[in-house]
Amino acid sequence: MEPGTLSTFLKRGAIWGFIVLELVFFSVAGEFLSLSDKAFMDVDNMLLLFKQSAPIGIIAIGMTIIMINGNIDLSVGATFALSAVVLLDSMTWSVFAGLGDGVIPIAWGLALMTGVLLGALNGLIVWKTGVDAFIVTLGSMLGYRGLVFMYHGEQPTSHLNWTLVDFAEAQFLGLHTATWFLIAVTAAGWYLTNRSVHGRNAYAIGDNRTAAINAGIRVGPHMMINFMIIGFLAALSAVVFYSESGSVNPNDGELYELWVITAVVLGGTKLTGGAGSVLSTLGGVLAIQLLRKGLGHIGADTETVNLVIGLILIAVLFLDRQLNLKGREALRI
Amino acid sequence: MTEQLPALRLEGIVKTFPGVRALDKVSFSVMPGEVHALMGENGAGKSTLMKVLGGIHQPDEGSIIVEETPVVMTSPLQAKGKGIVFIHQELSLAEELTVAENIYLGELPKKSFGRVDWKTLFDRTDAILAKLKVGFTARTRVGDLSIANQQMVEIARALTVDAKAVIFDEPTASLTDAEKVVLFDVIADLKTHGVGIIYISHRMEEIFRITDRISVLRDGQYRGTLTTAETGEDEITQLMIGRKLDLSRNASDHEIGDVALEVRNLSCGRLFKDISFEVRRGEVVGFYGLVGAGRTEIAETLFGLREPSRGQILLDGEETVIHSPADAIAKGISLVPEDRKGQGLVLGMNCRDNMTLPQVGDLKAGPFVAEGAEIAIFDQYRDKLDIRTPGWRQLVGNLSGGNQQKIVIGKWLSMHPKVLIVDEPTRGIDVGSKSEIHNLIRDLARQGYAVIVISSEMPEVLHVSDRIVAMYSGEIIRSFTSKEVTEDNLIQAISGITPDKAA
Repeated sequence: MEPGTLSTFLKRGAIWGFIVLELVFFSVAGEFLSLSDKAFMDVDNMLLLFKQSAPIGIIAIGMTIIMINGNIDLSVGATFALSAVVLLDSMTWSVFAGLGDGVIPIAWGLALMTGVLLGALNGLIVWKTGVDAFIVTLGSMLGYRGLVFMYHGEQPTSHLNWTLVDFAEAQFLGLHTATWFLIAVTAAGWYLTNRSVHGRNAYAIGDNRTAAINAGIRVGPHMMINFMIIGFLAALSAVVFYSESGSVNPNDGELYELWVITAVVLGGTKLTGGAGSVLSTLGGVLAIQLLRKGLGHIGADTETVNLVIGLILIAVLFLDRQLNLKGREALRI
Repeated sequence: MTEQLPALRLEGIVKTFPGVRALDKVSFSVMPGEVHALMGENGAGKSTLMKVLGGIHQPDEGSIIVEETPVVMTSPLQAKGKGIVFIHQELSLAEELTVAENIYLGELPKKSFGRVDWKTLFDRTDAILAKLKVGFTARTRVGDLSIANQQMVEIARALTVDAKAVIFDEPTASLTDAEKVVLFDVIADLKTHGVGIIYISHRMEEIFRITDRISVLRDGQYRGTLTTAETGEDEITQLMIGRKLDLSRNASDHEIGDVALEVRNLSCGRLFKDISFEVRRGEVVGFYGLVGAGRTEIAETLFGLREPSRGQILLDGEETVIHSPADAIAKGISLVPEDRKGQGLVLGMNCRDNMTLPQVGDLKAGPFVAEGAEIAIFDQYRDKLDIRTPGWRQLVGNLSGGNQQKIVIGKWLSMHPKVLIVDEPTRGIDVGSKSEIHNLIRDLARQGYAVIVISSEMPEVLHVSDRIVAMYSGEIIRSFTSKEVTEDNLIQAISGITPDKAA
């Protein structure tokens, strides 16, 4: 065995171990505390869990790549909302009247394009100005949200297309449409980070940007592509979610960026870049969703959920630091 | 000095890490007013020993004795309290704060309500700075100081306590010759005040210039102490690596080919001006000069990291413009940068991925990275360059300096460049690996590569180069063939003593 294999395994596997722990805990605690007599690990309940994980999960895959790259994107929640507005509103535009359900692919395309464009704008600013991605996307988070409000004021944007609803509520092999999207995006993200040249470069840039430049990697365009990917995924997440719900409030998707980052960090991706895994991020997403569901199952109210998740996040990262050799050698502060 | 008790004594220090006996019964002592060199290859245990002395690691066995009192230290602060002070190679200063704040960081003099007593702070600091005879004041912002002066701040910090022993860890790594002289004066001054000094360095000339005795470590074991005045480089090297190091002159022993790279009147702002030279296939051209003479900047310009303000670059006789590192690589110019860890390697990546980083885009099998091809390249250059690593999965950060440097060199060789520029090929590399890297560079020339070596070490430049270009303050002063060059005329050329531009 190579040195460090065991610790690597422990670290990669940690999030899944945590999920098992959650399942066991809520199943047992549910026996005593739950008001319903349904078991926690009920098949329908679990299928629903996957579906509910999809909106955050799809964005989190993109955020993993962004963070491996050493950047961050705070504007994903606003991008999500704006893409949703474009999706629902475009279906009512008079130019597309008479297309019938043919408007669906057009609306999807427009929404996804919105996401890609907003992401490209973030990436372009980061590339050309050299300003830190945190600052740039903090600005665009406010800016994009402003666009959402300019669109319809405080009013929700609504349009229900029943074909779309049927599609979104469909189940194939037992899994919901949203779940399939999550799986597909995770698979694509895994391929991108583990098997593609782009992914290899992402790790290199995140770990040592100067060395990457010296190896001839064009860092600026590379980062811009990553921002376009996460913009696309934020829009895809909106498309998947709002195809079913049919109504978007101007403050939908607020705090999504924080939930996404929480999931990514819980999955072990480093904030400083250079390390991270898409599969562990999926674990982080599921762990958070399980916690919400589980706490609901044993009768805790929503306010408690946030408190508990916050505490667990800090506890997990503290544990990680303790288990990590480098963490032990770090300076005491 | 009447007392002759050692200022600091180590007795039978043992420190083991899982699987490694890093220090094996190390004992030596430093007398007051003595400069004691500690030498050894990288991995010989110097850093571990320093961490034990600094209270970062606790020894498993043995004791540390300060003026005949055994001490136990569990933190750097405690070590300082016992009078053991470090001047680290990497400076740890807060650049935005003043010199005074840096020196008294953590123990700023206070007035009521926790207010800083600025007057006392600045007065005390100026008193210390006066002793060091430096050209800045307590109120200077540290970020505005040169590296050498920042080091003086570190030394001033050492003087705030009643230091029994001061440990210098490679203090001259980033100093110019003039700055070195100032540092050596300070060390001499510390000596007369009866402070014991441990001086860690790879540079022989410094060792012979300022130390009184030399202790050598090898493989975690104490190998003996020599009196500097009675020993020579050979004896030290033999103790360190168990054999002799060959640093003789290298005459060209093979055919020199056509001109691969020609530079005409290249200028870049105030960094360098009117640089003209050529490098032929099969030739090693050494660039020698002081730090700041513009050598690295020329390399960076040739590699597309800087834009020249004037001048031409010709590759194989054709004029070319280099827009970016990617462009330089495509045109066959490669750079092994001076800061291996900061600029050359992705430390968190494995050996294979580092080696194939610039060309991974060309190694595709369908939509996937062709890992088989990558491993083949890695294996080929591991064997060719004799890179010692358990396998390609090993993280580059875990390799020794010499092997890391070979990974960087292998990275470029695997792409068959026309011109290879190596900036400070052996900085921070131990003596044994040094000669391997030197042989490697000679070998590359023999194979027909055009090689530029930038180095601040004269023996190195003399050893590897077919021709030597001497630079001073952004200009080429003179170009020597290996027959013409002597240590004397080279030193004169790079220190601007004879502005004789007979290039």
